[in-house]
Amino acid sequence: MSILHTVNKSPFEKNSLDECLTHSTDGCAILLLEDGVYAAMQGTNVESAVKDAMASKKVYALGPDIKLRGLSTDRIIDGIEVVDFAGFVDLSESNDKVQAWL
Amino acid sequence: MKFAIQINEGPYQHQATDTAYHFTKSALEKGHEVSRVFFYHDGVYNSSRITTPPQDDRHIVNRWAELAEAHSLDMVVCVAAAQRRGVVDDGEAERNGKDATNIHPAFRISGLGQLIEAAVEADRLMVFGD
Repeated sequence: MSILHTVNKSPFEKNSLDECLTHSTDGCAILLLEDGVYAAMQGTNVESAVKDAMASKKVYALGPDIKLRGLSTDRIIDGIEVVDFAGFVDLSESNDKVQAWL
Repeated sequence: MKFAIQINEGPYQHQATDTAYHFTKSALEKGHEVSRVFFYHDGVYNSSRITTPPQDDRHIVNRWAELAEAHSLDMVVCVAAAQRRGVVDDGEAERNGKDATNIHPAFRISGLGQLIEAAVEADRLMVFGD
């Protein structure tokens, strides 16, 4: 049973990411989208939490939302995979369930 | 694969209805089925046909309507959320004694049971919003 977790809130505004990282289990997938993509950037104060999670969970970020915010995919944390909407659909299909942390 | 979509956020509020739109469009382009799009909470505002954004901005309501027409999407607006927010169709106007309607014909007003049914019947329920 694999679950895709989606986080669409900035970690500097809401605790959605923290809740997601706390409750999600090893082997799951986490997609950062909308303001959630800020958590994918290097040098923030949630970087270590994201990196810790990446030891047992696969983290993705929605490319169009990185671009919309004027951020660069060159500055995301190593190991985070950037996907587009087609990739988002594929992740929703390949995982058994989708849980949105709103 | 069969997807059901739930939208909890109004248009031009943040980004959820845009994300939901692009996800739905992408899923349809990939050959998946979208069995229902359910508009809940402030999401009901996505169905107002009198929405008039600036000309250089996306028209979120018409965009949904066009996608629905192209793919025969069932777009359902929660009745209780709609009543609270003044989103009205002919039936609701008559039932509640209102002098106007504002829902776009691409949408229909129905109950929460439609969300439950969609969630049960679809392979995945995708939730967008706050």
